Amino acid sequence: MASGTVTSSEGYIKHHLTNLTFGNHPEHGWGFAHSSEAAAEMGFWSINVDSMLWSVALGILFVWFFKKVAMKVTSDVPGNAQNFVESIIEFIDDNVKSIFTHKNAVIAPLALTIFVWVFLMNLMDLVPVDWIPFLTQQLAAVFGADPHHVFMKVVPSTDVNVTGGMALSVLALIIYYSIKMKGVGGFIGELAFQPLPKIFAPFNLFLEIVGLLAKPVSLALRLFGNMYAGEMIFILIALLPFWAQWLLSVPWAIFHILVITLQAFIFMVLTIVYLAMAHDHH
Amino acid sequence: MNINLTIIGQAIAFFLFVVFCMKYVWPPITGALAERKKKIAEGLDAADRAERDLRLAQEKAAADMRASKEQAAAIIEQANKRANQIVEEAKEQARVEADRVKASAQAELEQEVNRAKESLRAQVATLAIAGAEKILEASVDEKAHAQLVEKLAAEL
Repeated sequence: MASGTVTSSEGYIKHHLTNLTFGNHPEHGWGFAHSSEAAAEMGFWSINVDSMLWSVALGILFVWFFKKVAMKVTSDVPGNAQNFVESIIEFIDDNVKSIFTHKNAVIAPLALTIFVWVFLMNLMDLVPVDWIPFLTQQLAAVFGADPHHVFMKVVPSTDVNVTGGMALSVLALIIYYSIKMKGVGGFIGELAFQPLPKIFAPFNLFLEIVGLLAKPVSLALRLFGNMYAGEMIFILIALLPFWAQWLLSVPWAIFHILVITLQAFIFMVLTIVYLAMAHDHH
Repeated sequence: MNINLTIIGQAIAFFLFVVFCMKYVWPPITGALAERKKKIAEGLDAADRAERDLRLAQEKAAADMRASKEQAAAIIEQANKRANQIVEEAKEQARVEADRVKASAQAELEQEVNRAKESLRAQVATLAIAGAEKILEASVDEKAHAQLVEKLAAEL
């Protein structure tokens, strides 16, 4: 979509960065938001349908494929699919074993889910930016909707709600395992009685709680920021004349293969590290 | 970039996927990996054992070979000894037989000689008497001179 004018470029970018939000608008009632402003006005009680749709679809693709392999898994000579799945599982298992020394059956499957799921969500970034939104608009037009108000963001990890939802789950796990391993008293003591002596307990508490909350925030924003920026570059490249786009989009896409894998890996490793810290007694 | 319900929806989906993964994906695959590791270890172990068995069998075969060679050598030696013995015995027997034949031949010869001597003596006695008769031109009483003739014959 090589548009000459600034306003249409701005509209194009904005359109690509807006989620398909369903919620109760104070003026228009229940329905899909027609603009990002309308989506913002819906407040917290609205849902980004595209993010949920793609992330859940990719998650189901992940568990379906792995379950399919797991059902006919054999300890004899493995097939191609099993080989592929095994290499991922061994990679995750090695990482978990080298970082997480306690005994916990949740951590490794958790790490596997994070790695593969985040990777798949990031991978959507490599689908040419216009394909799915364009098809969705055409489809919506068939059903009588105004294509300009149909949004479709296909990379779930460019939605801060998606990365935030995962990061908050990790925070919940950190708190759960901290309390499970050390008791409520032990956990609060850990927050309040260090790094400074006990008389500075309120200060310590403030410091440690900020530190604790920084973990999910950094997890969520790191992934979101990287993917959002990557997506933005693809959108900007898509504004170039069509015959020049490949000059930039191909190198960026190749570089992005590294980025999406690395971000998935970082999210996974940091989750394992945080949970290992939650199990340790300080 | 609005925070909305999606954040909770995503957390729920995440939870469900992790639980599913924990129940149906992770255990069977890691189980198969562990089992394969065990199988490989067992296979290597079996190969080691087979190699050891082979070495033992080779040693045993070599020992058996050596023993049978020794036995064969002993049998050959014994056979040779026995053959020599048989030859010696045969030789001895032949010698004895030859001696016996020789002795009997000699005895027969002697007997023959004696008989010849006897008959010769008898004929000499007759000849002597005939000679004497001729010389004396008289008949000699054979009976009277028998003793003399006998004596003469014995002296021949």
